[in-house]
Amino acid sequence: MIVTKAPPLPRLGKSLRRPDGMAKARGVFKFSSDLDEPGMLWGHLVRSPHPAARIAEIDISPARAMAGAAAVLLAGDVPGRPTYGLNYPDQPVFASDEVRHVGEVVAAVAADHPLTARRAAEAVAVRYEVGEPVTDPEVALRAAPVHPLGNVLAEQRVVRGDVAAEGDVVVEGYYETGMQDQAFLGTEAALAVPDGQGGIDIYVATQWLHIDQDQISASLGVPHDQVRVHLAGVGGSFGAREDLSMQIPLCLLALRTGRAVKMVFGREESFLGHVHRHPARMWYRHSADRSGRLVKVEARILLDGGAYLSSSPAVLSNVACFAAGPYRVPNAFVEATCARTNNPPCGAMRGFGSVQVCVAHEAQMDRLAAALGMDPIELRRRNALRPGDDLVTGQVLEGAVPVIELLEACSSAPLPPERHWETTEPGDLALPGGSGRAAEPLRVRRGVGVALGFKNIMFSCAFDDYSVARCRLEGGRVTITTAAAEVGQGLVTLLHQIAGEVLGTDEVVLAEASTVGIGSAGSTSASRQSVMTGGAVQAACQAVADAVLAATAARVGVPRASLQLAGGRVVSDDGCVDVPVAEAGALCGECFEETVTYQHAATAELDEKGQGDAHVAFVFSAHRAVVDVDVDLGLVKVVEMTTAQDVGRVLNPLQLVGQIEGGTSQGVGFAVMEELIVEHGRVRNPSFTDYAIPTALDMPPVRIAALVQEPQPGLPFGAKGAGEPPAISSTAAVLAAVRDATGVAVNRAPVHPPDIALALAPGTRAGQGDAGVTPS
Amino acid sequence: MSAPELLSYRLWVNGHAREVEGGRLEESLLYVLRERLGLTGTKNACEEGECGSCSVLVDGRLECSCTILAASAVGRDIVTLEGLSPGGGATALQLAFVEAGAVQCGFCTPGLVVAVTDLLARVPEPTDDEIREAISGNLCRCTGYGRIVEAVRRAARAQAAGMRTAP
Repeated sequence: MIVTKAPPLPRLGKSLRRPDGMAKARGVFKFSSDLDEPGMLWGHLVRSPHPAARIAEIDISPARAMAGAAAVLLAGDVPGRPTYGLNYPDQPVFASDEVRHVGEVVAAVAADHPLTARRAAEAVAVRYEVGEPVTDPEVALRAAPVHPLGNVLAEQRVVRGDVAAEGDVVVEGYYETGMQDQAFLGTEAALAVPDGQGGIDIYVATQWLHIDQDQISASLGVPHDQVRVHLAGVGGSFGAREDLSMQIPLCLLALRTGRAVKMVFGREESFLGHVHRHPARMWYRHSADRSGRLVKVEARILLDGGAYLSSSPAVLSNVACFAAGPYRVPNAFVEATCARTNNPPCGAMRGFGSVQVCVAHEAQMDRLAAALGMDPIELRRRNALRPGDDLVTGQVLEGAVPVIELLEACSSAPLPPERHWETTEPGDLALPGGSGRAAEPLRVRRGVGVALGFKNIMFSCAFDDYSVARCRLEGGRVTITTAAAEVGQGLVTLLHQIAGEVLGTDEVVLAEASTVGIGSAGSTSASRQSVMTGGAVQAACQAVADAVLAATAARVGVPRASLQLAGGRVVSDDGCVDVPVAEAGALCGECFEETVTYQHAATAELDEKGQGDAHVAFVFSAHRAVVDVDVDLGLVKVVEMTTAQDVGRVLNPLQLVGQIEGGTSQGVGFAVMEELIVEHGRVRNPSFTDYAIPTALDMPPVRIAALVQEPQPGLPFGAKGAGEPPAISSTAAVLAAVRDATGVAVNRAPVHPPDIALALAPGTRAGQGDAGVTPS
Repeated sequence: MSAPELLSYRLWVNGHAREVEGGRLEESLLYVLRERLGLTGTKNACEEGECGSCSVLVDGRLECSCTILAASAVGRDIVTLEGLSPGGGATALQLAFVEAGAVQCGFCTPGLVVAVTDLLARVPEPTDDEIREAISGNLCRCTGYGRIVEAVRRAARAQAAGMRTAP
């Protein structure tokens, strides 16, 4: 079902094929790891094996003496700023005095073969004086500082209404989410090529070219314009490429050796070498009147930010803003804190902040419904945000707020047929655990759960958020230049469609994305590129169209006012002129070029009570999950996911489905299998053997019950970003379905089989239905 | 550490003899295909035999090239993604992947194309369960597999209808 309040457009709304699709299918698309340069060296990083230690001594002579080794670099070899960071440079390029997490970079080597580089890295002898790591975020708040800047990375309160207000019914709960990894397939990789004059070109898979350039330039001590960052093919990102990984050490190696150097992380190094989704501990208290209307939501939320800041402030801000869920909440008290620990650094991941609190606020809504004896769908309907409502931050919602429509579409969709377990053979693929596990058909129970979630799109809290695009029209051919990172989501297709829409042509070429000759497009994150770079391309093309119109008027000898732009065409009042803009431009015999900066409406900081218009727009999401659970083994099979999404306008239906299915899949994975296990600061499962992501057998079909198209005022074409919403409510819906199937009060993502099996096992607290974890 | 011993040997790749000069014993088939023979269509996502991105056919069997030492593949018949469309065009399966929306970041796509080519050669009209089981050794992080399953269905139908390679 597509609920549409948007009139159709000629090119947008069609499933144009992605321009890089065939190159990718044929294996000729160049990912960053596919690049090479004659005579290049291979780089490798030396990483700390300890979560907390002082560096007593580093001896590089064994590595330096190795045949084939070309360079070994330490902190003293960084000519410029010794630290870097997305929000604030608190992270050393190379640790020199102490290390604060396992995997922290201590040195870099270059050699003539990747295996030699790895051996040389192993030969760098670092003598550590091992300390006691701070690995519990609660302890961190009282512990000696892990870093000179202290152990509080970010904090935000939200205080609204009468915090002493109390409803008739009160429910309390404690919830946790684990550390999820983005687990993109293409590991971190880049090639750095020195230009022989002190400058450098780096070809890298990243999410934001210009912020990489800023940080590389600062640490290299090389002028900005001599650090040229080019986008190399990106094998997925999901937030993990927003921070630098190897860029600075790699450029330093290339400048030191005067040769091209390439570096590719292995899978284990990838797990250690990028930020993860923040683990969260969440204490909640909801109160409502007897009719089910929410009176107050209280929450205390503690994130583990790991050793360095990364994007923790943005994640924490989202946690605070969206803690109460997409509901009308007259009174609220939220206290959110992000602690610094000696655990791996955490930062951006798809749906950041909203994914964690959705697990908690949706479990609370189900708990409240049970306490009221009310249907959980009805409870949500009564409390759902509506157009014109305000959030707990005081921000009034403008434009589409289709929470009830999403809820209705999801909850009223047909359910998949019941399984007839009595006739199912053991080993059937449909059983929880699949063919290789021993689920007993008659011990399988089905459950259904629904969840709602929401999130901001684009950057918030007064951030100067913009994107620059250039449109050049020459001889009927359109060239679009931006620095936006295509990471797999299909932005390249949308930019083709948008340019084609405005200029009335399919002859569109996208220039390679780089920092050379074009301003920043901002980050490919926060569901922002369709709006921001889409908006910049639309505006640049519109400026060209206006110029073509003026030139056409002059050429034809008619008043400018007698011509109009309509549907990508230049049209005269009398109908004598009616030609696509691109063709009209070619007829003028000129080259038209316009560069435009697109900015969204300004946002404000949150004040100390968490009040303020901090966000420019919101997206809402609903999921319904159907699961089968073997109650003895605790194995969960997700049978079906149904979703409804608030999209503003569909720009490319096929790509939208791809975002929805893919985002839902990451949510399913987080619900039932994905967790980086960190013990005493050490990641125990940095491999695809032990960190399992959904396979084609784990991931069920996704039913799209509704795409609500209500164009958002102020956004180009009214389209909202669609990358994150499918990841927000999927995890919470699966956990709700598991609770429904088992009666176990699962309070943690992901739910592991023992959380279910042990809660129901004889001799435990069977029947009480408590599972998972309790607060420390 | 002394310099590693270097080997020279011949591999049979996509129907052609390919000489490897000065290779190291510990180099995987994946490494040699990509870095020495320039066949970067075979991808390096985990290098531990878990993700299927480096899938190739060795003597007709689907294998992860990351878990095979290159020097041990002497005398074997190796087919990579590049060998599936010798003329340089696209196979019907590759076209189906693009048209069905099965390609996003595309890093898993080559391995999936090799795995599904193997499936459709063995099972021309697979059920959805057979498709999902056959590709369960190929991890994809972008798509959630829905469009990939659809691409395989389309390719199977095209194959059944006797369609040949597209330009």
